[in-house]
Amino acid sequence: MHVVDVLSVTRRFGAKTVLKDVTLSVERGEIFGLLGPSGSGKTTLIKLMTGIDKSDEGTVRMLGEQMPKLAMLQRFGYMAQSDALYQELTALENLQFFASLYGLSGSRRKERIQAAMKVVDLLDHLNKPVAAYSGGMKRRLSLAISLLHEPELLILDEPTVGIDPVLRQSIWNELTALKERGTTIILTTHVMDEAEKCDRIGLIRNGELTAVDSPEGLKSASGTDSLEQAFIVLGGGVRA
Amino acid sequence: MRTRALAIRIIRQFLRDKRTLALLFLAPLLVLTLMHFVFNGQQVKPHIGVAGIAPQMYESLNIKDANLTSYDNQKDAEKALKNGDLDAVFSIVNGQPAILMEGSDPAVSRSVILVLQKALQVNLNVPKPNVSYLHGGEDLSSFDSFGPVLIGFFSFFFVFLLAGVAFLRERTTGTLERLMATPIRRSEVVGGYLLGFGVFTLLQASLIAWYSISVLGMYMVGAVGLVLLVNLLLTLTALTLGTLLSSYARSEFQIIQFIPIVIVPQVFFSGLFNLDAMEPWLQKISYAMPLYYGADAMRSIMIRGEAFSDIQLDIFVLLGFSILFALLNILALKKQRAI
Repeated sequence: MHVVDVLSVTRRFGAKTVLKDVTLSVERGEIFGLLGPSGSGKTTLIKLMTGIDKSDEGTVRMLGEQMPKLAMLQRFGYMAQSDALYQELTALENLQFFASLYGLSGSRRKERIQAAMKVVDLLDHLNKPVAAYSGGMKRRLSLAISLLHEPELLILDEPTVGIDPVLRQSIWNELTALKERGTTIILTTHVMDEAEKCDRIGLIRNGELTAVDSPEGLKSASGTDSLEQAFIVLGGGVRA
Repeated sequence: MRTRALAIRIIRQFLRDKRTLALLFLAPLLVLTLMHFVFNGQQVKPHIGVAGIAPQMYESLNIKDANLTSYDNQKDAEKALKNGDLDAVFSIVNGQPAILMEGSDPAVSRSVILVLQKALQVNLNVPKPNVSYLHGGEDLSSFDSFGPVLIGFFSFFFVFLLAGVAFLRERTTGTLERLMATPIRRSEVVGGYLLGFGVFTLLQASLIAWYSISVLGMYMVGAVGLVLLVNLLLTLTALTLGTLLSSYARSEFQIIQFIPIVIVPQVFFSGLFNLDAMEPWLQKISYAMPLYYGADAMRSIMIRGEAFSDIQLDIFVLLGFSILFALLNILALKKQRAI
């Protein structure tokens, strides 16, 4: 069974069509990347998958259930594009809050907070106010929050944007480790070398999904030796 | 549980933000204190010049509530009036009393007339009527009279502002979007806000009521519990209205723009100003304003000592407003999440 099924989905905002007839499936246990420039519709597609937004045409299924559905919000972990954290509160208070929203309480909550913060290596900074966190620490804290309820599916919107190479490497190590434990990961990116690390990539441009394949598959299909070239060829060539 | 988690988070955030706490708790006290001093001071004695009146007549005027100055002739007195030394000139022309007013402040003009009428009446030996009061009393100052409205207004205003900005920030910082990606229900979001802010508004309402009555000595003959109840309902209305309207604002500045549109008209219809002179159909607008019911109830309790049964209509209407705005809030959250 697919983890996420998107079937001929179209989404319009007013007169503007943001997604045009998109169809794709995400397999269990893979890292699936959505690659495209900003404004191409990646975030909209993510929002449709999570059920935050509703498509105008077509259907979205997550774990077999038709979206949007409130109960499904418990089943995935989500990391938004912006660091949605409460600056005045400490990291611990942020974690406690979100953990409670996912129904965790008592010693189980404490245990999960410790575990999630260990994954992102922030255990020493648990009691610091988030306002004192650096940009990279905030991204890692956001990731820790998405891991709190041990979801089988992780949906990450630009998880490494604005992060230095060392930190990016460490986040990718964490994602790979999660994948090995059986977590399915869907992420968006506009960085080519990051997309190389995904098992499969969906190329998205102007609201259209132009190709879906593994990085190697995309390169050979386009007859190029870099993902950037492949993106240009498969996306309909260079635009003036 | 999610409602409680949200309420706890709001309370924690609040406690970290000392300035906002000060705005919520100290600003109303400051403004009320200022109001108290402005409207509760000694009565202003008008300065009246008396021109061309025989000395024995001047003695018999015997005016205590005004500062009298005698002038030899009308011309000198009018000059002093022009210079701003006097508020009015009193003279007798051809046996007919005449008053020349400075006239730029109607309140002063009224007090001049009052003082002179009183003096002339005494001189005419008309028996003084016995005045008794159904509510209040001779000492009821204007501060006592509109104080109850002010208590309601400040609770309403500051909570409206804070709730609006807090909810807006939740949206603009992206935390609302993040919140909506958790299994929280839209009704739980609204409930959490009501509960979290409710704690502070209850404290605020108690503080304002206590301060006005015990420290400023505002006139109060009703039940304190009822004052708190009405104040709490009023702030709940402000809270739900503030969060509802913040859904339609894109920035803090746009929240401020709601003040002249939503808050100021309510002040005019709250009973601070007498509406009897207004077109009857215009008066009916007040029925759509939460502050009108809150102010009416506060006045009834504090000045007229009315009981719950007398003001229950106000209470139910306020409750109705809160419920209506809360439901609209839940609906407006659909903009954030499809379900």
